[in-house]
Amino acid sequence: MAYSEKVLEHYNNPKNVGSLDKNSKAVGTALVGSPEHGHSDIMRLQIEVNPVTQVITDARFKTFGCGSAIAASSLVTEWLKGKTIHEALRIDNMDIVEELNLPPVKLHCSVLAEEAIKAAVNNYRYKNGLEALVLEEEEEEYEEEEEESESAFH
Amino acid sequence: MLKLPIYLDNNATTPCDPRVVEAMLPYFTETFGNAASRNHPFGWAAEEAVDFAREQVAKLIGADPKEIIFPSGATESDNLALKGVFEMYAAKGNHIITTATEHKAVLDTCKHLEKQGARVTYLGVNSEGFIDLKELEAAITPATIMVAVIYANNEIGVINPMRDISAITRRHGVLLMTDATQAVGKIPVDVNKDGIDLMAFSAHKMYGPKGVGALYVRRKSPRVKVTAQLDGGGHERGMRSGTLNVPGIVGFGKACEICQQEMEEDGKHLQILRDKLEKALLQLEESYLNGAPNQRLPHVSNISFKYVEGEGLLMGFNKSIALSSGSACTSASLEPSYVLKALGLGDDLAHSSLRFGLGRFTTEEQINYTIQAVTDAVNRLRAISPLWEMFKDGIDLDTIQWAH
Repeated sequence: MAYSEKVLEHYNNPKNVGSLDKNSKAVGTALVGSPEHGHSDIMRLQIEVNPVTQVITDARFKTFGCGSAIAASSLVTEWLKGKTIHEALRIDNMDIVEELNLPPVKLHCSVLAEEAIKAAVNNYRYKNGLEALVLEEEEEEYEEEEEESESAFH
Repeated sequence: MLKLPIYLDNNATTPCDPRVVEAMLPYFTETFGNAASRNHPFGWAAEEAVDFAREQVAKLIGADPKEIIFPSGATESDNLALKGVFEMYAAKGNHIITTATEHKAVLDTCKHLEKQGARVTYLGVNSEGFIDLKELEAAITPATIMVAVIYANNEIGVINPMRDISAITRRHGVLLMTDATQAVGKIPVDVNKDGIDLMAFSAHKMYGPKGVGALYVRRKSPRVKVTAQLDGGGHERGMRSGTLNVPGIVGFGKACEICQQEMEEDGKHLQILRDKLEKALLQLEESYLNGAPNQRLPHVSNISFKYVEGEGLLMGFNKSIALSSGSACTSASLEPSYVLKALGLGDDLAHSSLRFGLGRFTTEEQINYTIQAVTDAVNRLRAISPLWEMFKDGIDLDTIQWAH
């Protein structure tokens, strides 16, 4: 399988590798992709948030994974900077798939990056005494539909 | 001048030796007859060429030419051996014993036979990749018809003690089948000394062409029979119908002859290079050799570089070096190598593995380049690995609270 130019570019020159002070109240940290849950990739994503404007001023990552996972992490750190945390939550995994031209077998890398964003935002909110934000997911509907169509085959 | 890319995936396939190609060429154009055409010179010439190749192949493994048949490759040979014996010996029993680290051509055929009423025992292996011979013997029942054990493993190169295994199968009157695809032509294999009853192997893993393999079927003590899986013209003494792949078989014969002559020298050369590569890469912190270090093919090395993911690692140099990973970042299941898991490796180490498969045409210059490129890529990816950072900070990864 050949990698897209954009994946190669992020892999060869990853943006925003590194760490932020995880003890700072302004920093939200996510560590997603537990190996026990069958993931082959592990991402650590950190964001630094301006408490007044809620704008993400810095983002850093470290990722254990394939080239697509590294590229997805690098890409979202670029996207996150300058966005408010509410805007950040609207980043959908399919945006990542489109931007990096990921093949279907690499969808899981984009899903993990989306999960990392949500976990980092909510870690920041938790630290600052705010409740977790959950965006409504359209996926549940799909799941129901799938179940129905599956049962039709039985 | 070093020419890139470097090929280090010789367990997947090998290039054809130019001497093999040369031997094959006349059989595409001039001597193109059907070896089954008994009534004219074109057929006779083709048959003669096949007979000669059959002798070359038989000689390499200490067999009689009449014991060799030519399917399309090792996968077909494995299928024919397992399914053919299961059908032929149905009156004797339905139990097959095999191992967890077989090639998929054996494992999936066994799964298929289970649906046809076979009972299959899958023996586990220890951390070096070996089955427990006492466990093997204890698994044999009056209904056992066959034991199928891979001769040398395709991922880790571990060589099974075939003589100890056949001593057990002989004692119990059970057939011993082996997939010897990675072993034949690389190390001495002798079906009589090793006590093998059926053996599958392939031309393209030993510098021959793709599309042709062999199944050895013992004719004496015991006389083994398999039920044909392809119906048709009754070629290959009825065991495998289908017009013989004459150029492929000629090339296979030539490849066997070359291996027989050069195996010892090739093996020494490969082991020196492999050991050099292995020693250098194992100097890297937290890198581990997979499989038994000693009882192993001379040209294979499987190493896990902890805290980096294999596919991501390959991407660091896959334009200049071709090799395989035990990672399965691309597969639907995301499950890493079942062979490495069978050795007891955790997902982390299985995902972090690379398989180096050296070959006849590998040079020291290529190995030096590979050592440097792999070392650089491991170091670069560790610098962006959160797991490496945690390891360096002394955090026990097993105690991490994961986000979900």
